[in-house]
Amino acid sequence: MCRLSAITSANYFSPIENIIALETMKEGHDGSGLGLTLKDLGGEFEELKAYPILSGICSKKGIEVVNNYMKKKGFRLEHIWNPKIKAVKGILPRDHYFARVYDYPAAYKDKSAQEKEDLLMNTRLTLRKLGESDESIFVFSFYPDVITLKEVGDPLQLGEFFGLDKNGPKAKIIFAQGRQNTNYQIYLYACHPFFIQGYCSMTNGENTAFVPIREFLMSRGFPGYIGYNSDSETFTHILHYTVRHLGFPLTYYKDVITPLKTSEVELRKDREALKLIKQSLRPLCIDGPNMVIGFTPDGTCFMLQDSKKLRPGVVGGVKGKYALMSEECGLDSDIPKRDKTKDIFPMKYDMVIISPQAEEVKVWNQLHG
Amino acid sequence: MEPAARLDHNHHISLREFPYIVRWRDDRCKRCGKCTAVCPVKAIEPSVKVQRSIQSEGPTPTPIAVRKAIHVVEQVLDMERYCTGCGTCTLVCPNEAIEPEFNPQHKFYHYKNKGGEPLKRGGRRNDPSVSTLDKLKFTRISMLTDPALDAGRHEFRVRTLLGRILPPEELPLKMVNGKLVVDKESGKFIPPVREIYPIMIGSMSIGALSPPMWEGLAMGVAYLNEVEGMPVVMCSGEGGMPPRLLKSKYLKYFIIQIASGYFGWDEIIHALPHMKEDPAAIEIKYGQGAKPGDGGLLMAQKVLKLIASIRGVPQFVDLASPPTHQTKYSIEEAVAKMIQSMSMAWGFRVPVYPKISGTKTARAVLNNLARNPYAAALSIDGEDGGTGAAYNVSMDKMGHPIASNIRDCYLDLVKQGKQNELPLIAAGGVAKKGNLAANAAALIMLGASAVSIGKYIMQAAADCFGDEYNRCNLCNTGKCPRGITTQDPKLYRRLDSDKVAERVVETFKAADVELKKIFAPMGRSTELPIGMSDGLSIEDKAMAERLEINYAC
Repeated sequence: MCRLSAITSANYFSPIENIIALETMKEGHDGSGLGLTLKDLGGEFEELKAYPILSGICSKKGIEVVNNYMKKKGFRLEHIWNPKIKAVKGILPRDHYFARVYDYPAAYKDKSAQEKEDLLMNTRLTLRKLGESDESIFVFSFYPDVITLKEVGDPLQLGEFFGLDKNGPKAKIIFAQGRQNTNYQIYLYACHPFFIQGYCSMTNGENTAFVPIREFLMSRGFPGYIGYNSDSETFTHILHYTVRHLGFPLTYYKDVITPLKTSEVELRKDREALKLIKQSLRPLCIDGPNMVIGFTPDGTCFMLQDSKKLRPGVVGGVKGKYALMSEECGLDSDIPKRDKTKDIFPMKYDMVIISPQAEEVKVWNQLHG
Repeated sequence: MEPAARLDHNHHISLREFPYIVRWRDDRCKRCGKCTAVCPVKAIEPSVKVQRSIQSEGPTPTPIAVRKAIHVVEQVLDMERYCTGCGTCTLVCPNEAIEPEFNPQHKFYHYKNKGGEPLKRGGRRNDPSVSTLDKLKFTRISMLTDPALDAGRHEFRVRTLLGRILPPEELPLKMVNGKLVVDKESGKFIPPVREIYPIMIGSMSIGALSPPMWEGLAMGVAYLNEVEGMPVVMCSGEGGMPPRLLKSKYLKYFIIQIASGYFGWDEIIHALPHMKEDPAAIEIKYGQGAKPGDGGLLMAQKVLKLIASIRGVPQFVDLASPPTHQTKYSIEEAVAKMIQSMSMAWGFRVPVYPKISGTKTARAVLNNLARNPYAAALSIDGEDGGTGAAYNVSMDKMGHPIASNIRDCYLDLVKQGKQNELPLIAAGGVAKKGNLAANAAALIMLGASAVSIGKYIMQAAADCFGDEYNRCNLCNTGKCPRGITTQDPKLYRRLDSDKVAERVVETFKAADVELKKIFAPMGRSTELPIGMSDGLSIEDKAMAERLEINYAC
């Protein structure tokens, strides 16, 4: 079971906060990897919010391929951030870790946001393809105001390795996953959080319905629905499919992945629509046990459980800063000065939704709609 | 020495050629005559023999030959009256003095064609080997990384959908105050969809089955729905339904079948204005797994008064349904127009789907249906499906196994992204060896949305003798010794419809428990694991490759 630490705040903060929270939840974990997704960036990125950022890892050969390809496609490099790598025992450094800020090709200047998003995703997918076989290129995200970092090793050590404890990037939403490896070989594309076109999620648990879900997503004809080195990647793509592609409000994500019983659907005011959604999206029921934490492009964060609720999850904090953690000790480490009696342990019908800038927390109950 | 002519038995067959040899024990038999009276084919008869024995009664050995007349039960050496191995004789014998024994060296098929008439029978494919379905195992067991569920205490939703399901992109929804509502003004047709139990009782007509058998099944189905809360549905088979049932509230548990003979449809159409409920669905039968390319046949001896009145035909005439729907000449006619006509009859409120026999060409039919927005499902009946009457060659040699047929169709739908739009119903050999839940779960994981059973429920609920060693299989003759497939009151009064209903309920409840025992360790409980092929393995590399599942040994 992975350790999950998500923090949303009205102010910029360092990912080291997430990592320390992971550390407090370490007991029993092997610490086999760290995944970080930062959204709504501060510091040197604050003035660059409109520009897409390519996050990834490359070998020497890979970085040349990336440079040539991006140049060929007309992307102009605006800014580069490289973590200041510090040698840490047990972590084998790769050649290039980067977040490269680009300006769109001239032809895309006046295109719609959707067209730009599609260009970014397709570019990321092509780069992935170019460097997948020899592992010379790993690209995790290519999107404005978002950075993704992933590496194999203990999260705390990796924080030191990337120099995040000193002068790393800051952001208002940071998701961190402390990996608990269940595969013999650790593969970077299997690390959470997963990101696609502004939607991000990380998950605790095992997706028992993985194969039918993967088949359903891959048969949508959408090029971004590939990968699936981890069954949890499907959660991100279902979120994207439900909210972006189908245009459903966020709460219907819960109705899609953890559908109500037919008798329970009858209790909802939107029952007619819900019945149709339950039928048409039947293959996307995750049939957990899973706890999912995610964010959407507007900066809304959420946590939900499936009906089996065999995975822990807690949300708590103060106005302006909330944390969504897989264990309460993580929450204690990050926001100790909070009213603990107001901590929320979402149950099977609950979806905890935190508005952008950590303004407000709401618990949406699926039964009441 | 006897003359040579009397030893020449060239045109007689010996007992060794018969599929079953009746073992009769002289020492146990009390000559009550029950066995010979009950034998449905008169394969045994009482006989008088002269017995020669040597006796010696004096104080010193004085052997003398004594001849006396004795009564025996004797197997008839006439292939037209072959022992079918049904064992009714054993059942009635008070002293366990008689029992048929399968003869693996029989030459039954060599001889059973008198008058140039090939063997016709009921039952299903005589292949007792382990079927592909029984070779499939569930090997993805949730352990530690993903806790298994408690089959006894966890809540399971073992349900499926029958009906055409709209793709999510085409749902007529609009947003009102942050909620999704159905946009009634869009004019978009929303096809009817039923939530049913994933194991259904397949099409067996009220003519093929005896009144108590059909009634027992129907009562069992109604009880499962009304009392147990299990939405099991049952298909009528061709030949209509009792008029009272058509007009009752229970009609919603039945799928009405229309086949190429259209038997019973005059009465159904006339009952339409009086129907209180819509049927669960309409099944258009184009083929049957047991006898692909053959039509239905209800022998004259089974067309008694009740059947004649339900079907709207005279008594005692052979009721042959043609192999194809005679008014239709192409897939457009046969499928599209017929689906639309049937849909229209119920105001597009009832799912209408075709049933075909397993065939290599199933994907062609499937792809046609996938483009037809009114097609509610596709039912495929594999080669191991049963029938009330067919030529042996059709049953044994024609047709396609269901496992790869259903898998191919499912993967074809996956390629088109329509795997959730057109439910596949798999039939033919489900629970051949009694493993109902395991076979059903395996087919579901290969891609079926539901499975259909026929022969199995006759065996489980009414003790049908039939098996894959050609035991009994007399359904076509109207002489069913169990009273299941006969219209002869002397035979069907042996069957108690209440007991049949009770067994139907027990069978489904047990299967439900077993399905949960399969799904729980695999971590599935909320939705049926349709297409969860990573859960399956098989100990045969070629089969694993063909079905695109794991090979495990």
